[in-house]
Amino acid sequence: MKKHLTFAVALAALGCGTAAFAQDDFSAQLKARQGQFRIMAINLGILGGMAQGKMDYDADAAQAAADTLVAVSTIQQGPMWPEGSDNMSIDGTRAQPTIWEQNDDFLSKWSDFGTAAQAMQAAASGGVEALGPVMGQIGGACKACHDTHRAPAN
Amino acid sequence: MRRGLMVSALGLAAIVAAGLFVTRAAPVDASAFDSLTGDAANGETVFTAAGCASCHAAPEATGDAKLVLAGGQRFGSDFGTFIAPNISPHPEAGIGSWSLGDFASALKNGVSPDGRHYYPAFPYTSYVHMTDQDVVDLWAFWQTLPEDATPSQPHKVGFPFNIRRSVGVWKQLYLSDDWVIANTPTPELERGRYLVEALAHCGECHTPRDALGGLDRSQWLAGAPNPTGRGQIPSLTPDDLTWGPTEIAYYLETGFTPDFDSAGGHMVAVIENFAKLPASDREAVAAYLKALQ
Repeated sequence: MKKHLTFAVALAALGCGTAAFAQDDFSAQLKARQGQFRIMAINLGILGGMAQGKMDYDADAAQAAADTLVAVSTIQQGPMWPEGSDNMSIDGTRAQPTIWEQNDDFLSKWSDFGTAAQAMQAAASGGVEALGPVMGQIGGACKACHDTHRAPAN
Repeated sequence: MRRGLMVSALGLAAIVAAGLFVTRAAPVDASAFDSLTGDAANGETVFTAAGCASCHAAPEATGDAKLVLAGGQRFGSDFGTFIAPNISPHPEAGIGSWSLGDFASALKNGVSPDGRHYYPAFPYTSYVHMTDQDVVDLWAFWQTLPEDATPSQPHKVGFPFNIRRSVGVWKQLYLSDDWVIANTPTPELERGRYLVEALAHCGECHTPRDALGGLDRSQWLAGAPNPTGRGQIPSLTPDDLTWGPTEIAYYLETGFTPDFDSAGGHMVAVIENFAKLPASDREAVAAYLKALQ
């Protein structure tokens, strides 16, 4: 009997938890995950600007940008992508349900970004010529994921 | 009275006959193509620019597997779901038994070897502008592609769009070899127009469609709803797309926007193709877009 009660209470608690979860607008998670992509874009802008010759090459600045990309790639992604925070369920996101349906694919593509970021970390202070090809590798990683998992902007 | 009825019947028959004639699936004049010699190397460039593999490769194919044109990708629309067919050179499952004339008729007139209309999910309204030489070169390249035995699947299209003859009427309205931008004063603009309006068929997604699914050429490249999901395909007109020519060319090469966001969706496949083309082609597209009014 006592065991049953414990079970019922646990179940009720779980029910409440789920309900609270469902009411969450996930605004904190959206800000966090969109913010990390913004950090990536700003630092890619530094490296890409140098690669294109729009700004002078500066080995220290390039290295700092590449190090930041690697740092972003090490942020654990799971807590920022709760179930139900896709673009079919809530507004304010372009995250496709495929992120959850094909989660292994999503995480493998995120890991590809990490690999590309490390390649940039190794290349960044070695001269401007090295930046272009690695930018291509990073761009490939971005596109590969956005191809499937991000919806077009409205 | 009886005579009047006769005349009416004859008149009706004439109208029906004229209608059937106008909406028939007419192939190209194959002799124009048979006299040309194909260059497979240029054919590969045409193949890349025209994005053949982007739709006809198997779903999820990457790298060299994209040269296997097994079909199977699905394209949703207001009219039903179109499933890209096998167009590999396999003699039964693909188009290996076709003649050059069959290939040209499919590309430029949207007509199959057995005299049926293709649905315009296949962008022949763009390919109609393809030069005869490019068609012949593309066919020469086609002979180098691997065969695949995967059978094509039927489109999932309901009534009345499953009446292929209706596509003949549609073609009367929308299949035209007139360019949208009539004047291209420089060779670069002419090349840009050829890439945008013919091979890369940019207008198919970036131009809005009317109720019958035809491109509204008065709003050329002005943006449109995403046909296969949520979101909006962006406008490319100079008022809306404020990027400079070098920024457009860089985007087509790397997928990075000027603020280093990256491309997504079907545009990823487009950029994969443009990245393989010469830099001058990406610059030509940028020049064409900047010249739009």
